[in-house]
Amino acid sequence: MSDGMLILACMITPLVGALLVGLTGKRPNVREAMTGLASLTTLGFVLALFPKVMAGERPSIKLFEMLPGVPLAFEVEPLGMVYALVAASLWPLTSSYAAGYLRGHHEKNQTRFFICFALAIFAALAIAFSANLGTLFFFYEVLTLSTYPLVTHAQNREARRAGRVYLGILMSTSVCFLLAAVSWTYFKAGTLDFRDGGILAGRVEETALPWLLGLFAYGAGKAALMPLHRWLPNAMVAPTPVSALLHAVAVVKAGVFTILKVVVYVFGLDLLTRTGASEWLMAVSAFTIITGSLIAFTQDNLKARLAYSTIAQLAYIVLGAALATPDAVLGGALHIVTHAVGKITLFFCAGAIIVFAHETNISRMDGLGRKMPWTYGAFLIGSVSIIGLPPTGGAWSKWMLALGAAEDHAFYIAVLMISSLLNIGYLIPVAARGFFFKPGAHLHAKPTPLSVRIPLVTTAVLCVVLFFSSSFVIDLVGPIVGRP
Amino acid sequence: MTLSDHLPVLLVLTPLLGAPIVSLFRSISRPLATLLAAATAAIAWGLVQQTADGSELNYHLGGWAPPIGIEYEISMAAAWTVAVVSTLAFFSILAGCHNAAREVTEGREHLYYAAFLLCLAGLLGMATTGDAFNVFVFLEISSLSTYTLVAMGKGRRSFTAAFNYLILGTIGGTFILLGIGLAFQATGSLNIDDIAARIQDLRGSRTVLVAFGFLATGLSIKLAVFPLHQWLPGAYAESPTAVGAFLAGTATKVIYFQLIRVCVMLFGASYVFEELHFGTLLRWLSVFGMFVGSLAAVYQTSLKRLLAFSSIGQVGYLTLALSLGSELGVRAGLLHLAAHGITKCALFLVTGAIVATTGSDRLSRLAGFGKRRPLIAFAFVVGGIGLIGVPGTAGFVSKWALLRAAFESGHTIIAVLSLASSMIAVVYVWRVVEVMYLKPSVETDSADGSRPWALMVPASILLAVSIGAGLYSAPATAYASRAASTLWNRVPVAAGLPEPRPVHHDDAHDAAAEHGAHESAAPEGQAGPEEGSTP
Repeated sequence: MSDGMLILACMITPLVGALLVGLTGKRPNVREAMTGLASLTTLGFVLALFPKVMAGERPSIKLFEMLPGVPLAFEVEPLGMVYALVAASLWPLTSSYAAGYLRGHHEKNQTRFFICFALAIFAALAIAFSANLGTLFFFYEVLTLSTYPLVTHAQNREARRAGRVYLGILMSTSVCFLLAAVSWTYFKAGTLDFRDGGILAGRVEETALPWLLGLFAYGAGKAALMPLHRWLPNAMVAPTPVSALLHAVAVVKAGVFTILKVVVYVFGLDLLTRTGASEWLMAVSAFTIITGSLIAFTQDNLKARLAYSTIAQLAYIVLGAALATPDAVLGGALHIVTHAVGKITLFFCAGAIIVFAHETNISRMDGLGRKMPWTYGAFLIGSVSIIGLPPTGGAWSKWMLALGAAEDHAFYIAVLMISSLLNIGYLIPVAARGFFFKPGAHLHAKPTPLSVRIPLVTTAVLCVVLFFSSSFVIDLVGPIVGRP
Repeated sequence: MTLSDHLPVLLVLTPLLGAPIVSLFRSISRPLATLLAAATAAIAWGLVQQTADGSELNYHLGGWAPPIGIEYEISMAAAWTVAVVSTLAFFSILAGCHNAAREVTEGREHLYYAAFLLCLAGLLGMATTGDAFNVFVFLEISSLSTYTLVAMGKGRRSFTAAFNYLILGTIGGTFILLGIGLAFQATGSLNIDDIAARIQDLRGSRTVLVAFGFLATGLSIKLAVFPLHQWLPGAYAESPTAVGAFLAGTATKVIYFQLIRVCVMLFGASYVFEELHFGTLLRWLSVFGMFVGSLAAVYQTSLKRLLAFSSIGQVGYLTLALSLGSELGVRAGLLHLAAHGITKCALFLVTGAIVATTGSDRLSRLAGFGKRRPLIAFAFVVGGIGLIGVPGTAGFVSKWALLRAAFESGHTIIAVLSLASSMIAVVYVWRVVEVMYLKPSVETDSADGSRPWALMVPASILLAVSIGAGLYSAPATAYASRAASTLWNRVPVAAGLPEPRPVHHDDAHDAAAEHGAHESAAPEGQAGPEEGSTP
């Protein structure tokens, strides 16, 4: 299969999956098999692309011109490969988890759920492989629209309100700021292609660069940079598999991925470090890191606490992009992977607790760990990874980010360290209370089915595996920031 | 001469002569009108074909050369406009096959169709004629028939709506007539090219200035430019659905094309935009219109009114494009003319289908509609997305063109404001989506359970066109680029007069006297360049 066909296959498989899910909706077992099949096939195609990109190739395909000078085109470069790999490899696990979760929770409209889920993965992969800003913008909107039905899945008043905030912030930031940034770029640079070294150097006045960067950073509202972060805690009304894969991995990472990609391929690292146009973005992400963690402290609802934690963790990646040093960008890319695996573990656990112990608030979970040892064990490992301690992958990404900051902005090392302390403060008590506190009389935990247990244990194991084998990300992304 | 040479005049004649015929043959009025509309659309596309290479078709009515005879002048931009208008007219007439969309009592359909065709003839004539007075005549033809059509709406409010429109429309029409009269007085000609060529020497003239003022104001009323938009919501929302769809897609578009012609061709872009700074005024009015229209749309409780107020906002985009005073601006305007026409017409048709199935267009009645009628609800979502201008729809192509034009002329703030106002579009579209999909159904459909094919088929085709053009925009953008370029770089040549003219004043006067045969008050001794010297 040629490179171009392989790229298309990666994206068409989820679409076909969505279609098959729709056709087999009346028979849940067949339907779930279809989702599983589609997710595994997609993973296979993405893995087939991996060695090529690792070898330094850039498989690409150009379809047709959407707008004059802006073709619908795809190119697999290292950052996109990382993002696609994360989304594609966590999809099969989430599918299995979702099947167990939705049935355990007796959710309605399960077929619609799986269709929209597959569509969201399609959009995420297309974002990952976009060869220019126009294509990226197009699929960014597709992602927003395809996840809206997932957020409002419950169809009650709360879901409606959350959906309003979700769509209101994501859609309006993208049509207002991101589109403005994209068109501004196009007018100044005459192209929207992602190119090594950037396309803006010498084309935009240096005084305007911070503004343009601001339009991009806030236009990619999925990155949940404060003060436009409200949609993410609101989106937690969605069923937990959605929170797990989309609001810890695919959707939110689409935002930070956009920022990373813009920094590397549109601005160019040299331009940013030379002009200091991203100084303010460092400050804003540092603020988001600290404030997000502080708010997480105050949340008693487990999913809400995780959501604020996600906001803070996403800001790590934005900080990496804003620092714009090779190490910081590598750290950001690595953090996409390690945070994804760590946070999806935590969400899987939170969902299992909701469905099989019927508890949502941390204060009521004392002693639950003894009844659900697998779940709580996985939660502990996930927490360690988010905090950034060995032996989990999270340690490396934080290390790289700190290295990146050390060169010129040592202050931000302090921010990272304080944030780690805060993470310990709001994550470890959850596991500690579960294991060491006396169980309350109200706790009734049903055993978790294998379809739920296997994914959460797998992702927990992955957290540890990443500590020993995350160098592939460095090898992959290194060349684009001048680190062969 | 073959038939294809006569297309410019056949375009207008088909619906114009068809109207009385349709009113005579009551029993077959519906198929006959549909057929005539289809023929008109076919002719319009034939004209697009003929002008696609950038040429301009000049058709001299009755073989009389201008400035004495009346000329039909079809540039690429005009062909583009009439193609959009006649196609949307065809789809709207088709939708009228459904009784609920026509809303006309049995036995009077023939009058409805006759008025419809007359209106179409007026609009097409206005877009294609090269004679200023003719523009007014066609304007009145379309306006008078529009008043009739609006008044055919079901509720009593359609009468007030029609009356409002009648008053404001007449004021607008009068202003336009005054403007044309003054331009005639200053230049002594009614041929648009002729006026354009002569007006360049009269730039300082107060008569020309006043003529432009009247024309611009009159057209702005008819175009519903903020704050002259009062008539529009009623006229769109209270008229029969098929008429609403037709008007929303076409009427303002033709007027908009007139405004482009007046600014760019008739008075010359350098005069209008550089000397009078008309662009600055229009720009801020457009921005206000965008926000006021869209915000008002957010607060509407009926679907049709929501769409109508959204149209006021969208007119803001159109005039904004023109106000940039650049070739790219005109290009963006032409693209948005088509994109919005198609989208809004489709949305009105979908609304018609909603009315046909639920018996009302009140937002509150739509609870649970997404479950009951998934296809119709989905069509509305697709149309709504097009209205917002999400990538992958025609609305995005035109928005992109507008942004490009705004950045090119250095109006960064305007670009950001126009984007900000499309955020409001998100709000008003999503209000509907939310009610349709997320509110539990409280009542069952009151109207019969019929499937409104007649409305949904045309609407679906239009929506498909919108998506298709959004994904593959090359043909449309290339055509619009070329059309804008020919329109913008056009050098008006005084028709039929020897160049160079030895005695400018006399010559102009003679032509005026001859042409003014149908005008009782031909100006005497006031025309001429001397007036230009008075400050």
